[in-house]
Amino acid sequence: MHATFSYPKYSFTPSEEQRTGTVRRHPVVVIGAGPVGLTAALDFARKGVPVVVLDAEDTVSVGSRAVCYAKRALEVWDRLGVGQRMIDKGVVWKIGKVFNGDRMVYQFDLLPEPDHKIPAFINLQQYYLEDFLVTEARKSELIDLRWLSRVISAKQEADHVVLQVETPDGVHAVEADWVIACDGAKSSVRKMLGLEFQGEVFKDRFLIADVVMKADFPAERWFWFDPPFHRKQSALLHMQPDNVWRLDFQLGWDADPEEEKKPERVIPRVQAMLGADTPFELEWVSVYTFQCRRLERFRHGRILFAGDSAHQVSPFGARGANSGVPDADNLVWKLALVLDGKAPDSLLDSYSDERVTAAKENILNSTRSTDFITPKSEMSRVFRDAVLELAVDQPFARSLVNSGRLSTPTTYTDSPLNTPDSDAFAGRMVPGAPATDAPVERDGHAGWLMEALDGRFTVLYAAAGDEMGGPVPAEVAEALDGLAAGPLPLAWHAVTERRRGIAGELVDSAGRLRERYDLTPGSVYLIRPDQHIAARWRRFDADALSAALNRATGR
Amino acid sequence: MAKLMTEQRFASPDDVYQLLIDSHRDLTPDQSTRLNAKLILLLANHIGDAEVLAEALRVARQGVE
Ligand SMILES: Cc1cc2nc3c(=O)[nH]c(=O)nc-3n(C[C@H](O)[C@H](O)[C@H](O)COP(=O)(O)OP(=O)(O)OC[C@H]3O[C@@H](n4cnc5c(N)ncnc54)[C@H](O)[C@@H]3O)c2cc1C
Repeated sequence: MHATFSYPKYSFTPSEEQRTGTVRRHPVVVIGAGPVGLTAALDFARKGVPVVVLDAEDTVSVGSRAVCYAKRALEVWDRLGVGQRMIDKGVVWKIGKVFNGDRMVYQFDLLPEPDHKIPAFINLQQYYLEDFLVTEARKSELIDLRWLSRVISAKQEADHVVLQVETPDGVHAVEADWVIACDGAKSSVRKMLGLEFQGEVFKDRFLIADVVMKADFPAERWFWFDPPFHRKQSALLHMQPDNVWRLDFQLGWDADPEEEKKPERVIPRVQAMLGADTPFELEWVSVYTFQCRRLERFRHGRILFAGDSAHQVSPFGARGANSGVPDADNLVWKLALVLDGKAPDSLLDSYSDERVTAAKENILNSTRSTDFITPKSEMSRVFRDAVLELAVDQPFARSLVNSGRLSTPTTYTDSPLNTPDSDAFAGRMVPGAPATDAPVERDGHAGWLMEALDGRFTVLYAAAGDEMGGPVPAEVAEALDGLAAGPLPLAWHAVTERRRGIAGELVDSAGRLRERYDLTPGSVYLIRPDQHIAARWRRFDADALSAALNRATGR
Repeated sequence: MAKLMTEQRFASPDDVYQLLIDSHRDLTPDQSTRLNAKLILLLANHIGDAEVLAEALRVARQGVE
C-alpha cells in the first residue's frame, strides 16, 4: 500500500522514578495519548499543572481513522495553540450534499454565518492531528510523555490512585492524586474498575478505504443512498490533505470482513465509483461495525473517564473525537481549580453531569443517523425510501434525510453551574451555551472574541454611554479589577463600539458581538474557562457576579 | 395543547374513503406500502405537530398487537 505519511517512532526513556525504584505521587496522570489525552495534557500545562501521560504504544494513530474535525474541537485546539496548524494542513469545508441514486436530494451548509475565526469543519488524517498534538506537548516542560508505558492495574486509595505500569524495563508503580482515563473505546481502565459500557451494536458493516489519487471532486461531504456504483447500499466521500480521499461503502451485515478487506475486493468497488480509468492507490483499508455505548457516569472517585473510554458513537456525524475533546475542555479547568484548593471536589461531578448530557445527545443523533442509513425493519426501510423519494420535489422531506447530523457542541441547559437568566435576552447565548465567535479589535489589531476567552473566567462588560458615567463606570471597573486580582483566574474586557482607550477593550466595530450576544449598554456576560456561558445580566451587579462565580465553581 | 380531532370532519365521508381506495388501484402490495408511507409523511408534515401525530399513532396502534 502507498504511504503519504511516515509514522514517527517515539522512544521509550525510563522515567527517573522507574530507574531509581522510587514511587512518586503526581497531581495528574493521563492514561492514553490519543486526541483526548493529549488535549487534556496541553490544557493542564496551560494552567500550570504538571501532568504525566502514559501510552501503551510508541507512535500515533495507525491508519487514518477520524477525518472530520468540527469547529468546537478546533476552537479548543486553537485556545491551546495548535488549531492553526491543523487548519493550515487540513481541508476546510462546510457544504454537504446527499444523493439518492444519481440525483442530489439535499444540500446543507454547516456555517452559513460569516465572521468566525474557525471554520465549520476540516478534514485531516488522525495521524497528522496526533503528530501535531505530540509536537506541541513536547514543547512543554510540564508534560511528561511516556511511551511504551501500559497501565495494567489501577487501585483507588482514600486520597490517591496507584497504577502499575508495564514498560520495556519491567513493571513499576506510579501514584496520582487524580487519573484521567483516555485509553479509548476498549479502555482497560474501565475493565479494571468493572464498569459496564452499555448500548447498541448496529448490525451492519462498512468498508472504509483511504485512497491516494488526483481527483477534482470539490471539498465537500458527498453521501449517496443507493448510488449507481454501489446499488442498495450507501457510500460517502471526503477529501483529505495529500490527495488522500476517504471512501466509505456500506456492505451489510452478511459481508465477510476479512474477505472485504482484500485489495482484490476493494479495488473493483473503488473503480466502480471513480471510473475504471482513474488511477489510484490504496493507503489504508478497514471494515467496521459501529456501536453507540457509554458509561453511566464519567467520574469514579479519583478516576475520570474522557473520550472514547467514556462514550462511543458511530462515525456518521463525526461525533467521536469531536465530543472527546470537549470532555477534556470541560474537565481540565475544574480539576485545576480543585487541585489548587479553589473549588470543592464536588465540582468534578458537574463534569460527569454535563458531559453525560452531551454523550446522550451525541448517541441519540448518531443512533438516528444509523437507523436511517441501516433501517432495522422492513417498514423502517419503506419510510426511509419514501423520504428519499419525496425529498427530490418536496422541501419538507429534505429535512428528514439523515446521512449523519454533524457534530455540534452541547448546550448545558440544565447545569447547576449556570445562573438562570433574571433579565430578558434574545438569541442563542443562553446560560450553558458554548460562546460564539465575533470579530473584535484588540490593542489595535484585528482579532477574535474567542482569542480573548483564553482559559480563564472572562467577564464581558458592554460599555455604556456617557450618561451612565462613561463607558465603564469607575465602580464597575473597580469591582472587576478586584475580581481579576482575586483567587480565581479571571480577566475582564469592555466591549466598545469604537476605540475608547480602555485597557483590554474589545472594539466591536462591525457590531457582530453586540448582535450575537444581544448586548445593550451595561450588559454583562460571565463566561467559563471552557468558553461556555455561565451567567448574564442587563446591568452590572457585583454581588450577583460573585454569586454566579461561586455557583460556576461549585461553591 | 393541540389535540387529535376524532369527531367526524368530512363533508362527504364516502368520497374520501373512495379516494383512498382508488389511489391503490392496480398497485402491488409493495407499491401500496410505498404510497402509504409517502402519504403518511405528507400528512404528518401537513399536521406539523408531533403531539397530534403521537396521539394518532397511539390510537392507531390500539388493538394491533
Ligand atoms: C473509521 C473511523 C472514522 C472516524 N471518524 C471520525 C471523525 O471523522 N471525527 C471524529 O471526531 N471522530 C471520528 N472517529 C472517532 C475517533 O477516532 C475517536 O473518537 C478518537 O480517536 C478517540 O480519541 P481518544 O483519545 O478518546 O482514544 P484513542 O484515540 O483510542 O486513544 C487511546 C490511547 O490510549 C492508549 N492506551 C490504551 N490502553 C492503554 C493502557 N492500558 N495504558 C496506556 N495507554 C493505553 C492507546 O495506545 C491510544 O493511544 C472515527 C473512528 C473510526 C474508527
